[in-house]
Amino acid sequence: MAGVAGGNDFQWCFSQVKGAIDEDVAEADIISTVEFNYSGELLATGDKGGRVVIFQHEQESKNRPHLRGEYNVYSTFQSHEPEFDYLKSLEIEEKINKIRWLPQQNAAHFLLSTNDKTIKLWKISERDKRAEGYNLKDEDGRLRDPFRITSLRVPVLMPMDLMVEASPRRIFANAHTYHINSISVNSDHETYLSADDLRINLWHLEITDRSFNIVDIKPANMEELTEVITAAECHPHQCNVFVYSSSKGTIRLCDMRAAALCDRHSKFFEEPEDPSSRSFFSEIISSISDVKFSHSGRYMMTRDYLSVKVWDLNMENRPVETYQVHEYLRSKLCSLYENDCIFDKFECCWNGSDSAIMTGSYNNFFRMFDRNTRRDITLEASRESSKPRATLKPRKVSTGGKRKKDEISVDSLDFNKKILHTAWHPKDNVIAVAATNNLESAALIPTSISDSYKLCPPMFYKPHVHYL
Amino acid sequence: MFPKGTKRKFSDSGEEAVSSGDQGPAAPSAAARMLSSSYSLQRQSLLDMSLIKLQLCHMLVEPNLCRSVLIANTVRQIQEEMTQDGTWQIMTQALAAAQCPTDRLVATEVLCRQTDPAAQAGQSPKPYAVVGVEEGYHSEEVVMEGDVETDVTMSTLSPVSPQLSSASYLAGPFGMGPCWEEEEEDGECEEEEEEEDSEECVSEGEEGDGDHLSADSRTGEQVFGTFEIKHPAPPPDPALEELFSDVDPSYYDLDTVLTGMQSAPKMGPYDLLDSLSSHGPTALSSSSSCRSDLNELDHIMEIIVGS
Repeated sequence: MAGVAGGNDFQWCFSQVKGAIDEDVAEADIISTVEFNYSGELLATGDKGGRVVIFQHEQESKNRPHLRGEYNVYSTFQSHEPEFDYLKSLEIEEKINKIRWLPQQNAAHFLLSTNDKTIKLWKISERDKRAEGYNLKDEDGRLRDPFRITSLRVPVLMPMDLMVEASPRRIFANAHTYHINSISVNSDHETYLSADDLRINLWHLEITDRSFNIVDIKPANMEELTEVITAAECHPHQCNVFVYSSSKGTIRLCDMRAAALCDRHSKFFEEPEDPSSRSFFSEIISSISDVKFSHSGRYMMTRDYLSVKVWDLNMENRPVETYQVHEYLRSKLCSLYENDCIFDKFECCWNGSDSAIMTGSYNNFFRMFDRNTRRDITLEASRESSKPRATLKPRKVSTGGKRKKDEISVDSLDFNKKILHTAWHPKDNVIAVAATNNLESAALIPTSISDSYKLCPPMFYKPHVHYL
Repeated sequence: MFPKGTKRKFSDSGEEAVSSGDQGPAAPSAAARMLSSSYSLQRQSLLDMSLIKLQLCHMLVEPNLCRSVLIANTVRQIQEEMTQDGTWQIMTQALAAAQCPTDRLVATEVLCRQTDPAAQAGQSPKPYAVVGVEEGYHSEEVVMEGDVETDVTMSTLSPVSPQLSSASYLAGPFGMGPCWEEEEEDGECEEEEEEEDSEECVSEGEEGDGDHLSADSRTGEQVFGTFEIKHPAPPPDPALEELFSDVDPSYYDLDTVLTGMQSAPKMGPYDLLDSLSSHGPTALSSSSSCRSDLNELDHIMEIIVGS
């Protein structure tokens, strides 16, 4: 089997599926963003209904050390509600566009979640003790008559069932006229940026009534608008550097030390167009849907419609690596334009060591590329073919001519099943892939010790959404 | 898998034609492209599709700006190519020939009404697909002629505005201008915005109309220039003039190009009409139905006010 990570031959095995089993999925349950926290212990998902569900990695049991820990629901809360802009008579969707974790500084966890207009900072904290023996109130909370109290006692902390609370600590609102597409926490852990179609703002995590506008590409005359911002990210180590990508396939790297308004880029990344493949759709498919720095901070990766490109930050004129995700769609661009699929925004992600990258495709396929061996693999995240611990079989799309056995022809791909959101555990070889409303996570298990495996019973999880 | 719509034979084989058509040296290939009917059909249907996509914005939620910009750029690109080919001029000539002198531009009315909920329900003139032919001209007259009707239109449109997204009133090229601009105007009252834009549509109709008739006497490149109004226009309403005083006439350049394109079906391949009709409901409305449409708008207004 094709391996992904270097060294031993690895196989990807299916681990868990979270989400409803039924085929009819409520629109509100469709997952719109997936993000591991810095340690990988927590996995946050946001959905179209404005909910955030956080999964926690269970500790591996000592009795079965080879069994990878599972992710189970840790907390669920309603992050954003639908709003109505009365001035413009428009609804503001509650869909969570992005979630970004803050580095953990104390026992509580913090994350930023955003919809089209408003960013919120949530604190997720555990409570496993409660105080008992208050003087002024009963156990059930009723106030005692102070004149009846004859003695004083010190309240005692008693253990209780673990309760995970999520509370909004900051709400950063009214700073974006257009739809927010990205948020990114800065390496200084004090500031973060938020980007909409035409502007990027810099916030301080403590200050909600003010933000600095650092990029503004809105033309004076809106008729002249030909380019929008599609994604932005802070550099992982240099707190003064950030990048933003555009709908024209360009990436601009900006240095906040240079000027207060970073309209003039420090670096401009663009690959010259291949004249032989030019078509009316060239610009649309060059539009970058996601940009991610490598963990090392030396590279960045961009996702356009058909490919993933890795750029060296020191070389602006072309990417150092290009991976074709689904080149077989190039001849279908007109149909994909007609059904709007050509505007789908796929995300991409690095693994913890930056040796591999992953992105999604259609038909619930997702693709992983090993940068060192140049091998790639296509896997399918489908409920039908996934049993826990079952090895995921690599899939192949037949590009033309005779279709081999086990291959799928391009025409039978389901374009309604798309994997837009993917996340890779920062340390382990565990990935999370959102397919429609199911969050699927897969674990990488080395085949060399497969003999000592025991398959555990199926663990399909059907969440009951409970609001804390 | 792919929705029914533009014929597959155009969509996919035409795609290769498009790609291959773009190669090669400039001048001879322009001629070659003219000769390649499948390429020009493909391009035409692509333009069609793009314009429809631009107009069918979501009513309740703000349209996706990135998608709109990309589609608008595609339309611009096609138009530039068509202008270079000279295809554009052919279309405007045929358009002018097919037009009766008193007709006004259609698309402005169309653009003004684009996401009207009544339109969605099939009650008022359909955007673009419908109003492409002579009936639309009548509706344009309804909009523009006479103070009474204009007032009716205005007042009918305005109350409906709460249901319309601000994207519904398109007066800029591809109708994007005010759609995007209005997102900025937080302080303005809704009614005022909508009314302003509907009036912009009216004025645009006047100017664009002049362009229509003058276009046939100009070359393709000059289409993008400014126009004279050769056709007698209704006496300008001072109130409207005041509102338009700061409107940039360059708005209408590409928009007029668009409107010219919309009437192309009259001379162009009839497949266009087919593809247009396949994209949306296509009840061709007559002027009487336009009036009934206005009545229906009134009805809708009552519902809104009543609720």
